[in-house]
Amino acid sequence: MAEPRQQECAPAQAAFWRRPAFRAALFQTLLVLALCLVGYSLFTNTLNNLEQRGISTGFGFLSQEAGFGILQSLIDYNETHSYGRTFFVGLLNTLLVSALGIALATLIGFVMGVARLSGNWLVARIATVYIETFRNIPLLLQIMFWYFAVLQPLPRPKQSLSFGEAFFLNNRGFYIPGPVFEQGFWLVGVAFALAVVAVVILARWARRRQEATGRQFHTVFVSLGLLLGLPLLAFLVMGMPMSWEYPALKGFNFRGGMVIIPELAALLLALSIYTGAFIAEAVRSGILAVSHGQTEAAYALGLRPGVTLRLVIIPQALRVIIPQLTSQYLNLTKNSSLATAIGYPDLVAVFAGTTLNQTGQAVEVIAMTMAVYLTISLSISLFMNWYNKRKQLVER
Amino acid sequence: MKEHVPHPDLPPPISNVGVIGWLRSNLFSSWLNTGLTLLASYLIYLSVPPLIDWAFLRADWFGDSRDACNSGGACWVFVNVRFDQFMYGLYPAAGYWRINLAFGLLVLLAIPLFIERFNHKGLLAAAILFLYPVIAFQLFAGGSFGLEPVETTKWGGLTLTLILSGVGIVASLPIGIILALGRRSEMPIVKSVSVVFIEFWRGVPLITVLFMASVMLPLFLAEGSHFDKLLRAMIGIVLFQSAYMAEVVRGGLAAIPKGQYEAAEALGLNYWKSMGLIILPQALKLVIPGIVNTFIALFKDTTLVLIIGLFDLLGMVQTAITDSNWLGFSIEGYVFAALIFWIFCFSMSRYSQALERKLHTGHAR
Amino acid sequence: MMKRIHAVATAAVLFTAATTTAQAGATFDAVKSKGFVQCGVSTGLAGFSSADDKGNWTGLDVDICRAVAAAVFGDAEKVKYTPLTAKERFTALQSGEIDMLSRNTTWTLTRDTSLGLNFAGVNYYDGQGFLVAKNLGVKSAMELDGASFCIQAGTTTELNLADYFRANKLSYTPITFDKSDETVKAFEAGRCDALTSDQSQLYALRIQLKNPESAMVLPEVISKEPLGPVVAQGDDEWFNVVRWSLFAMLNAEELGINSGNVDAMMESKDPNVRRVLGLEGIKGSGLGLDDAWAANIIRGVGNYAEAFERNVGMGSPLKIARGQNALWNKGGLQYAPPIR
Repeated sequence: MAEPRQQECAPAQAAFWRRPAFRAALFQTLLVLALCLVGYSLFTNTLNNLEQRGISTGFGFLSQEAGFGILQSLIDYNETHSYGRTFFVGLLNTLLVSALGIALATLIGFVMGVARLSGNWLVARIATVYIETFRNIPLLLQIMFWYFAVLQPLPRPKQSLSFGEAFFLNNRGFYIPGPVFEQGFWLVGVAFALAVVAVVILARWARRRQEATGRQFHTVFVSLGLLLGLPLLAFLVMGMPMSWEYPALKGFNFRGGMVIIPELAALLLALSIYTGAFIAEAVRSGILAVSHGQTEAAYALGLRPGVTLRLVIIPQALRVIIPQLTSQYLNLTKNSSLATAIGYPDLVAVFAGTTLNQTGQAVEVIAMTMAVYLTISLSISLFMNWYNKRKQLVER
Repeated sequence: MKEHVPHPDLPPPISNVGVIGWLRSNLFSSWLNTGLTLLASYLIYLSVPPLIDWAFLRADWFGDSRDACNSGGACWVFVNVRFDQFMYGLYPAAGYWRINLAFGLLVLLAIPLFIERFNHKGLLAAAILFLYPVIAFQLFAGGSFGLEPVETTKWGGLTLTLILSGVGIVASLPIGIILALGRRSEMPIVKSVSVVFIEFWRGVPLITVLFMASVMLPLFLAEGSHFDKLLRAMIGIVLFQSAYMAEVVRGGLAAIPKGQYEAAEALGLNYWKSMGLIILPQALKLVIPGIVNTFIALFKDTTLVLIIGLFDLLGMVQTAITDSNWLGFSIEGYVFAALIFWIFCFSMSRYSQALERKLHTGHAR
Repeated sequence: MMKRIHAVATAAVLFTAATTTAQAGATFDAVKSKGFVQCGVSTGLAGFSSADDKGNWTGLDVDICRAVAAAVFGDAEKVKYTPLTAKERFTALQSGEIDMLSRNTTWTLTRDTSLGLNFAGVNYYDGQGFLVAKNLGVKSAMELDGASFCIQAGTTTELNLADYFRANKLSYTPITFDKSDETVKAFEAGRCDALTSDQSQLYALRIQLKNPESAMVLPEVISKEPLGPVVAQGDDEWFNVVRWSLFAMLNAEELGINSGNVDAMMESKDPNVRRVLGLEGIKGSGLGLDDAWAANIIRGVGNYAEAFERNVGMGSPLKIARGQNALWNKGGLQYAPPIR
């Protein structure tokens, strides 16, 4: 008796177009179709336009001679090299300023973040003023300020500020002695590499021993000794195969040695001060996120404040800090493209600027430039995700 | 029997209370702290008095040419003379009232949103989001109601900065919401399209996006299709910004307990209804501080349009300091621009922090 | 739901259809239908293209844009200007963002061929030179070994400098900026020893210095820089309009027609004058323009001599002599084919 009734109550099979699965499939098919259509039309439009206007296409231009000079290059470059090489010159300059910027911003950020929580009222105030000032002013303005307003009033080469006749500061840059490697220096490099390997092995061994027996081993001094001692030994053994080349005023400018050009200095200052303010905030929030009970518990166990900070607070704070740090590193790398405003020869200024203009192949050049930034961004986030996972594993 | 009268408490030692006590505990609590205090004081001594001297005591404020600047301090005359341009760009002076009216109207409309007891906030917000832009555009561009038409190439200064960031935030919010929903969708293609879109825009620098929007976009479109340069810059900014907005909204969606989703489903609401009526209202409220922070970032990023030849506040300052009559006053120009940006960004970040505190009362530690 | 999906799909299809079928309409037609010429100019170079603080553009390059507008619409004011840096200019022209580029651009083989551009003529014959501070004590470019140079990025100047120093086996440091304003600012601040650019620009930039007398232009000219208006390839009619607008200005100077006497010249019996003014001969039909096209140019902008003197010549702060830019029959290089 009850059975038919139950059947009546059973939900009637919905018409097929009302089923979620069908709708999802339909919707996605349409989405794919629409995307294909838009993509296809953009593609054909571009090809049509390029052909109609007689603009060259393809990547053949990369092997042509560039014919222009570049202010700063980490690899051997002059105007007879190819456009392809300008790409690498620009890329390396971008990587240089990003890497230096990341290191400096992290340093500033951690110092200022801790300073803001300092018990010293004055120090905490200064840190607050720093953070609130610099993170609320556009980066581009800061770059221009450092470049046009602060660095350019430096003296001209002939009136350079000199520090011990080896370091010179003028409006063309900061000149420092450059090392000249002679034959046999390779051994020093090898020794350093060996030292690094030894330190890694030592650290693993020390940790395993501590986990197994509870006995600690002070790796810091031994590591330092290895890192400094081994290369030094090799250096002495090979008969000191290195000399310093001092910058000297010849003609209009200093020659010899190494130079930090004002463009690099301004960009680096602005990037690291700006990003440092954000990192400081991340550090502060990370440290505040660790509950005070953790500190008290560590003290109750008899750990000293330094050890508490190192083994209890920081590992936990890092979990909050790292994701924010990642996005700041990404921002810094992308922001380094503002170099073009002050003439620092980074990827955007050299490759997406001069090379694009000389060859006229905007589509190829911009595509390559964007691909580079995407790759850098994705690799930084992959690395930081990996690091983050490692840190998260500490949590049991 | 003699009643025991305890001695009154002794006052705390003079070194532990009052000014001296405060100084001792906050500035000189240890050798390290004392050293830091001295160092910090020295730094302040080095930087602050000369700064005040330059910016105020020896500064020149009034005049109409560089000859008025002879005191050796800052030359605010320069900023004074160029003030209208910094604010309005190349907009014809006869039309300044239109810009003032448009922004005044916005402030007037927005005030009730901050009044706790005002009941029609939703309606008003909708008016600001949909009706106001139309009115503002009519005022800015002119061409109807007897207003003189003003080309977008003449828009500039702080006005342009505000327009770009305002449009950027208002237009990127809906796109960001759709992308965030897409990224959390269970449909694999929708999800991957959203992820690719978001990660692409987050991975490239804004400069290249603006460059593409300003000079390359017509290459991708059919010949003859032509639209305004400012509009194209806006499209670039909105696409870029919507990816960041999507991530902010996604954070809010993730913070809504699963029970809410399940409850909405149990009530028989379909996807759009459950999102529109249950999830999004809660999630968006949660992410208001995040949205304000994105807005601050966008506000600062609009300065990049000067690289593609639009003259926002910084662009106008940059032009003014290359004027041969006013060479040598770049510091004043930059400081003024920095101050304006700082006032906007700082007050917005304070607002967002206050909001955060207000919204998080439930689970404050 | 279904309705909405339909709507979305229809919109997508329509959008695509609209973007793929709108192929008709070359530059010339587009210009005529939108009612103004979108002209790419420099971000600011005194004498050639610069905007005053009201946003009004003037200059020799700007006058070419105005001449084209006068020829097409009979009104020299129907121009919209797009200020471009040297780096952006070709991309903007290639993409169709601007209809024509009149931005002291050097005519070279690469640009004419693989960049997809067409140079419509030469409105200024120039050559690259050097600007140095007087107190540097340099009298010739050959003494500049090891010097640093401020240059505008993305110009032939950048390439010529490299060539010149390589050929003479000298070393140099290039410091490139996006805008000419920035190069002059950096030069003034002493970031570089010399500023290098086209000679005409050097004079224009020199008057932007706080003290123009402190700097001097070296005598060497290291390159040929024929500067002229450019259009994108693919629309020959438009190319002709731009080219002949320039030629009309030159022919008018040669025949002594100027903005002051153009109406009186209508009475002239000289068949050459009558052909220029559209009173006889082919008139405007070959170009697809109004018969009075050249007369409109002369009325609205003036002939080449007027434009030259007003913007860069003796009537301007730049005070550049005609030199190579005099007409062919006065010892210069400016030679326009006849209008007939």
